[in-house]
Amino acid sequence: MLLGLLAGGPRHGYELKRSYDEQLPRARPLAFGQVYTTLARLVRDGLVTPVGQDQAGGPERTSYAITAEGLAGLRAWLTAVEPPAPHVAGALLAKVVVALFAADAATARDYLVAQRATHAARLRELTALKADPATGLSDVIALDYAITHLDADLRWLRTTLERVATQAQEGSA
Amino acid sequence: MTTVLLEARGLVRSYGAVAALRGVNLAIAEGEIVAVTGPSGCGKSTLLHCLSGILRPDAGEVVYRGRRIDNLSEAERSRLRRTELGVLFQFGQLVSELSAAENVALPLLLARTSRRRARTAALSWLERLGVAEVADALPGEMSGGQRQRTALARALVTEPRVLFADEPTGALDTLAGEQMLGQLVRLATQQRTTVVLVTHDPKVAGYAHREITLRDGQIDPTGLGLAGAGLAMVDTEGVG
Repeated sequence: MLLGLLAGGPRHGYELKRSYDEQLPRARPLAFGQVYTTLARLVRDGLVTPVGQDQAGGPERTSYAITAEGLAGLRAWLTAVEPPAPHVAGALLAKVVVALFAADAATARDYLVAQRATHAARLRELTALKADPATGLSDVIALDYAITHLDADLRWLRTTLERVATQAQEGSA
Repeated sequence: MTTVLLEARGLVRSYGAVAALRGVNLAIAEGEIVAVTGPSGCGKSTLLHCLSGILRPDAGEVVYRGRRIDNLSEAERSRLRRTELGVLFQFGQLVSELSAAENVALPLLLARTSRRRARTAALSWLERLGVAEVADALPGEMSGGQRQRTALARALVTEPRVLFADEPTGALDTLAGEQMLGQLVRLATQQRTTVVLVTHDPKVAGYAHREITLRDGQIDPTGLGLAGAGLAMVDTEGVG
């Protein structure tokens, strides 16, 4: 991500952190320390190089630029397809399976009701943020990503409950 | 302090031997946006039709602004729908022989507004919804998104206190549908219009302040909306 931001021109650490937070406002905030340790690693690997210092009314800051090698690395990263997860797993899947097949009825019901309500509440919260005209494009894109995943979880949860209910009915018929 | 604007008290409604609503109690506050969700056949649309006065319940009461409306005559309920209660159906249901502006002006003309004032209001609503350019087009000449927005303009032109929307966008899988729903919520919030939104889509329900799930004609407090009582371990017997 930092290489991608540097592709637009040299920047110093503070600007990089600010751009990162603007582009991915829903991501876990990037710590300043992390920016500098990552930059040091990128410099060590020859992907980024320091290009000067300025002190415009504040503390001295080092600007960094992407190198030709860094650009090649960035292109390679962008052209490599992100593989879909190789294993079907997840905390939600694990809990629902255990709730449905191993827990007692009351525990299972309480868990499923609370899980659904929590997902739906988060979906409403993120939708309100997305529908706010003041929300910027990159934020809308990130919110949409989260909303679509919550929507998928809720649909999957409903289908699963219907499926298990149907099986139980057929089994007892 | 919130004021209850619309209330369902023990609503029961059947179609022949099929019970669609089996005792629904619900209070909706002024300015509230409520999503009614649940599996197919759970009674969502019947509830909306009873609340909006399109259908009469077999038993129970619908109270709007402190007054029973379920026992009003068809003409009185019709008048209420022309003035205070707006209804937006899936696919819009525009009159195909009328232009967008004529469709939007229609509720005002039915409420005896002058032709000129109705047209001015219609054009202003089409403009607010970003479809002024189709004012003179027939529904058949418009895109799906334009038709949806025109139908929304028609539902809002009377500035209803309650807007009932039955699957207004279908599934929310297009950007046009999402933008239309965003506008609906924004305009409703600006005008303090109460919205009752019937949907099967979690993303659409995400636009509401509160979600009510129906199951077999009753409110399901678990929100799971499981049809039938086959799943013993998540059955809600005794909860509701």
